[in-house]
Amino acid sequence: MPAFSRRDFLRSSAVAGTGLVIAFVVPRRAEALLAGPPRKKKPLPPPNAFLRIGTDESVTVLLAHSEMGQGIWTTLPLLLAEELDCDWSKIRVEHAPAAPVYAHTAMGMQMTGGSTTTWSEYERYRTVGALARQLLVRAAAEEWKTDAAKLRVENGFVIGGKRHASFGQLAEHARALPTPEHVTLKPPEKWKLIGKPMRRLDTPEKITGRALFGMDVQFPGLRTAMVARSPVFGGMLRSFDATEARKLPGVEQVVQVPSGVAVVAINTWAAKLGRAALRIDWDLGAGATLDTDRIRAEALALSRTAGPVALAKGDTEAALGKAARRLEAEYEVPYLAHAPMEPLNCAVKVEGDRCDIWTGTQFQTMDQKTAAEVLGLKPEQVNIHTTFLGGGFGRRATTTSDFVREGCEVAKAAKVPVKVVWTRDDDIRGGYYRPAFHHRIEAGLDARGRPLAWRHTVVGQSLLAGTPFEGAMVKNGIDEASVEGIVDSPYLAAIPARKVTLHSPRPPIPVLWWRSVGNSHTAFAMECMIDELAHAAGQDPLAYRLAMLKGSPRHARVLQTAAEKAGWGRPPGAGRALGIAMHASFESVFAQAAEVSVEPGGRIRVHRVVCALDCGQPVNPLGIEAQVQSGIAFGLGAALHSAITFRDGRVQESNFHDYQVLRIDEMPRVEVHVVKSSAKMGGIGEPGLPPIAPAVGNALFALTGKRLRSLPFRLA
Amino acid sequence: MRLVVNGREREVDAPGDMPLLWVLRDVLGYTGTKFGCGMALCGACTVHLDGKAVRACVTPVSAVGDRAVTTIEGLSPDGSHPVQRAWAEIDVVQCGYCQPGQIMTAAALLAANPKPTDADIDAALSGNICRCGAYQRIRAAVHRAAELKGGA
Repeated sequence: MPAFSRRDFLRSSAVAGTGLVIAFVVPRRAEALLAGPPRKKKPLPPPNAFLRIGTDESVTVLLAHSEMGQGIWTTLPLLLAEELDCDWSKIRVEHAPAAPVYAHTAMGMQMTGGSTTTWSEYERYRTVGALARQLLVRAAAEEWKTDAAKLRVENGFVIGGKRHASFGQLAEHARALPTPEHVTLKPPEKWKLIGKPMRRLDTPEKITGRALFGMDVQFPGLRTAMVARSPVFGGMLRSFDATEARKLPGVEQVVQVPSGVAVVAINTWAAKLGRAALRIDWDLGAGATLDTDRIRAEALALSRTAGPVALAKGDTEAALGKAARRLEAEYEVPYLAHAPMEPLNCAVKVEGDRCDIWTGTQFQTMDQKTAAEVLGLKPEQVNIHTTFLGGGFGRRATTTSDFVREGCEVAKAAKVPVKVVWTRDDDIRGGYYRPAFHHRIEAGLDARGRPLAWRHTVVGQSLLAGTPFEGAMVKNGIDEASVEGIVDSPYLAAIPARKVTLHSPRPPIPVLWWRSVGNSHTAFAMECMIDELAHAAGQDPLAYRLAMLKGSPRHARVLQTAAEKAGWGRPPGAGRALGIAMHASFESVFAQAAEVSVEPGGRIRVHRVVCALDCGQPVNPLGIEAQVQSGIAFGLGAALHSAITFRDGRVQESNFHDYQVLRIDEMPRVEVHVVKSSAKMGGIGEPGLPPIAPAVGNALFALTGKRLRSLPFRLA
Repeated sequence: MRLVVNGREREVDAPGDMPLLWVLRDVLGYTGTKFGCGMALCGACTVHLDGKAVRACVTPVSAVGDRAVTTIEGLSPDGSHPVQRAWAEIDVVQCGYCQPGQIMTAAALLAANPKPTDADIDAALSGNICRCGAYQRIRAAVHRAAELKGGA
């Protein structure tokens, strides 16, 4: 396949004038992006867009990204404060409005995803802090008629000899000064904050109920709406009867919108009862035949045919032919919902040529553009107020801005300010799933058990097919997000003959990036298959991997660290076994060793997970530990429990009783070891997830001799 | 009807079958109590009735009677309840949406069982889902809250 350059895409889309770039599906391209244009030419960011220093001594940091649990409410201010040397206790944080100045430094649009926030803002937020510091020092120097070089800054004060002035006292003067053209960032040995464990700044509001989520937005005149949507994807409204719904107390309007029928009421309960009272005739269309068994059978059949080639090196056919030993295995994973704790919602108020939107979103630029389209406004007339996100995991960044679009449609039709609220059923059944994937792998070993050949067919829906991004992002039939973690695997690099092909069937199911995107399934297939090869070769799974990783020292070191800290090679106790897996994603390398047991009824217990990682320079170790625990919990819940299934076009699951996720009684003890590294900074929010399913699967094999190749794991 | 919420008597105009959750959130404006599932499956809506943890999303407001309702906003005047202090010290929260429910359940647990074991904590809190998976720190923070409470 021809080299795919995201930078080319960035440039071409800028020429086309769309300015829309979405890069978090192909995160390993981040390196090329970062290289960027020569740094000297980069204009310095305007400090006022990111920072406000008040005469009341407040230091307000504006976040260009959305806080959805990952901790950037703390990390970005930390970067800024490192250079500013302000009083940490005076920091306040706000989400920035939607505006071009807040565009992602690598993606070109305002968005949060792809585990990119910290590395992509590492320079910008420090630069803003350094700029502001320089202005404050210069203000003091002018007031004291002294040389700025003689002054120092400490904890929110500029100090010179016996004189000192607070940031608040200097703020007005500093604001009047011209922006410097050049700043110098502190060398790492002078850092006071970066690399130190820092507690979160959003805790006080989040433990007292004061934190504002989109769901919590209320103001006089705001109505609540629920939308009845087609029970089958792609279904169209034929007709509806709202007679009963309109009779209910609190129901004010029933309006038709492109996605269905909206009941607008004085509160959520009335909207819910009103929606339940609607009688709707749907033209279900082709989606009504969707069936999980058929989707699986079709994927199985497709996996036996050749598809577009994602990677080819050497003569795989010949190498398989001369292998001393040949192994074949098929791995499969189901559709998954994100199921963030806060169901989707969007509040919209339109007044003349101004629109205000309150919602927890990962994708402000797209939402602003979409709202403008729906309402016939200019993007800059749409004000997006980003609230806290009650979880995102990818669901709050859709290429269609689905929940914002719908909110605008309802507000437009009802002609009142309205908050559209989704129920949990709406969320579980509403689509935008991680697609199901089928992997068929054939591998050939030489007489000493070393891999000679690897032929891999991947079958699963493309995330971008059918979206505005398809033309630019899907090349020669390959959506890179479907094969990430395979084509760039350090294991494959060590196999002389390798071929990866991809089929992208198009059932009418809306799909989307789900925490760790393609890596959420490719790591499972890759790391379990490597484990199979090790066992087939009669070798220790750790030693076998390390032999394959000779050319990848960064990966080998992380894997070895996890193994050592987990006590690899020492039996973990009666009835328990260890499994190991290593997977690199989002520019970081993660390895996990999981200790498991199985209860008499077949219930799988994961007791302990030892995780080693290399993310380059760690910024906040306390936050890293939280994100690793989080990724493991998210991935383990999916590995043990979760699946979205279809029958007669209907999603069979509807709430947390049949779409199960991890609960506290299944949370393993997680140990996190950050490996010291000089590698470029990578992501943290997602890469902790991919290794957990294969680590558990490999442990289950070690314990039971059964190789479980399908998620969620079922032993019985 | 009359409700006592966070020590204040409130006159509420709402149908009796409206869940307490929506009365608190939409009628009285206590939005700290969260909607997550509507079926008592996730615990995000946990409040106290006379100190006992209940799921407000399946409690019709007419069933509250004269029991005192406590929400996250009323657990302490300033976030100083031992559970809240422990949550801050252990740095538990991530997205934070489930945390009012987690905290209310933990506070009710500690009121009934001042020295819970890991197993007690898992049993009491297994009805509270956290999609961010902050469970390990939740466990640690409940233990820490027990210490803070014992020492208080």
